[in-house]
Amino acid sequence: MRIALPDLSKPVPAGHLPALLGAVDFAIPAGFPSPAEDMTIKRCDLVELLGAHPQATFYMRVSGQSMVDAGIQDQDIIVIDRAIEPRHGHIVVAVVDNEFTCKRLHKRNGRVRLESANQTFPDIRPRDGQMLEIWGVVTASLTLFKP
Amino acid sequence: MSASRYALVDGNNFYASCERVFRPSLEQQPLIVLSNNDGCAIARSNEAKELGIKMGAPWHTIKHLEREAGLVALSANFTLYGDISDRMMSLVSGFGHRQEIYSIDESFVDLTGIRGDLVARGQKLRQRVLQWLGIPICIGIGPTKTLAKLANHVAKDAERKRGSYPAEHAQVCDLTAVPAPALDALLMVTPAREVWGVGPRISDQLHNLGVFTVKDLRDMNPATVRSRWSVTLERTVRELQGVDCIDFDDAPAAKQEIACTRSFGGSVLEMEELAEAISAFAARVAEKLRLQGSHAGELLTFIRTSPFRQGAQYSRSAIMPMIPSTADTALLTKAALVSLRTIYRTGFKYAKAGVMALSLSPADQGQGELPFGVTPAGAKSELRAGLMATMDRVNDRYGRGSLHIARNESAAPTRQWSMKQERRTPHYTTDWQSIPLARA
Repeated sequence: MRIALPDLSKPVPAGHLPALLGAVDFAIPAGFPSPAEDMTIKRCDLVELLGAHPQATFYMRVSGQSMVDAGIQDQDIIVIDRAIEPRHGHIVVAVVDNEFTCKRLHKRNGRVRLESANQTFPDIRPRDGQMLEIWGVVTASLTLFKP
Repeated sequence: MSASRYALVDGNNFYASCERVFRPSLEQQPLIVLSNNDGCAIARSNEAKELGIKMGAPWHTIKHLEREAGLVALSANFTLYGDISDRMMSLVSGFGHRQEIYSIDESFVDLTGIRGDLVARGQKLRQRVLQWLGIPICIGIGPTKTLAKLANHVAKDAERKRGSYPAEHAQVCDLTAVPAPALDALLMVTPAREVWGVGPRISDQLHNLGVFTVKDLRDMNPATVRSRWSVTLERTVRELQGVDCIDFDDAPAAKQEIACTRSFGGSVLEMEELAEAISAFAARVAEKLRLQGSHAGELLTFIRTSPFRQGAQYSRSAIMPMIPSTADTALLTKAALVSLRTIYRTGFKYAKAGVMALSLSPADQGQGELPFGVTPAGAKSELRAGLMATMDRVNDRYGRGSLHIARNESAAPTRQWSMKQERRTPHYTTDWQSIPLARA
């Protein structure tokens, strides 16, 4: 699947039409700073919304159907925040047999397992003595619709 | 005024550690990262070090370990390392008031006046970088940069080589908290060549005079050192004695990278102003490269806001491969400016910028990429080399920057030569097509 994202590595041409400015009709008192001067307006930014800890935020692509009931579709892009301490109930990326696996973390009464969110898929239980490595906590899933 | 305190923070086996974050199967495996064109080992995991693989070992001399010892060799993925470095530097900058990036995986942090248990603070930072990024780091703390760097060496060896230093210094070592007799004991078991700025040549000369350990070097008379060697070595001795005298810009060059970075007095908002600074840095880096007879295979450019000022924060870096590797001011300046244009965003108050040459190789060992003798700009390389030498002479005589390359956006487009990188991992964090797969 190809995602159409704007290519920001090249300059984007500015529009050819002249910008129209509305006439302003008020006086600014001399010596008094304009209230708008130091207010840079920032647009809503998805990245800001998704990445509470920008340094610890990573993305992965999902392959498989085992998490559909949690709203994670095959080929979705998941957002992972490694700054979050994984707890019971979190959707996580774990390392299972050296591969990244997205599941829900079950951690109760000293038992740990990785649960699927799809009845047709089994849960993953660590074998005896096997350490379960959690790579990061999933904070969002993006489904991109093909137009 | 409180006594100066510095930390040197760096990533352990940085390139190898970056690879492991996205390839869990490489954990516990002997792993090396190869230079451009898969020439030689430029990073080694601890397991690879234990196999006896030396830094810079040519690939063809160790290739047999692939079959015999399960050695894994990867081509350098500088795009990945640059991004992880950027994240790491940003976390490390919170450790003190001021940060000076020294190479892709090392930075000095000014801790002067910070109270409390610095080792505990350091362990906390280490834990955070490990959890957030998956990168193990070591921290050395000292009253001078030279001692901080030495402390970092102690922290690394105490962790990796059992019995080399007391285990309490592993990972985070604060020499300012070590009582004098114990400090002497540490310096006595450390060879003088481990000191920042003491190269093999000086180390040999010191040997002839019976100066073997760091303690021997520290106890030398600075005046004698100045008359026999240089002001630079004198400064090193004074720093070992605890006198803070190395400014960042005078720092001895790192072995693997050459950098030029600076904090701006005020805050810079405009691209134009940053471009001015970045061009100057790139020119300076090119000069340093030629001075030590090296070529850069990659150029890293970064800009960042100050984490200590109010307002929106932004920090990005970009790495541009230089193919063939070069020390040409024009090519490096152009690469830095293209990178700047890619990472620049409006509306931020930039406080720091820099240019770093990575993946250095000796200038006389041209890797011989095709087409031979032709630079991407189309000029004959001997002619360019002559031009650069002349430029250096002019600048030497009339002052740095007298003669420089005009920033010219309309220069011929860089041609893309493909580099031999058969074993490179994907750009996991910088390219949507290359993000890792998670099974579900």
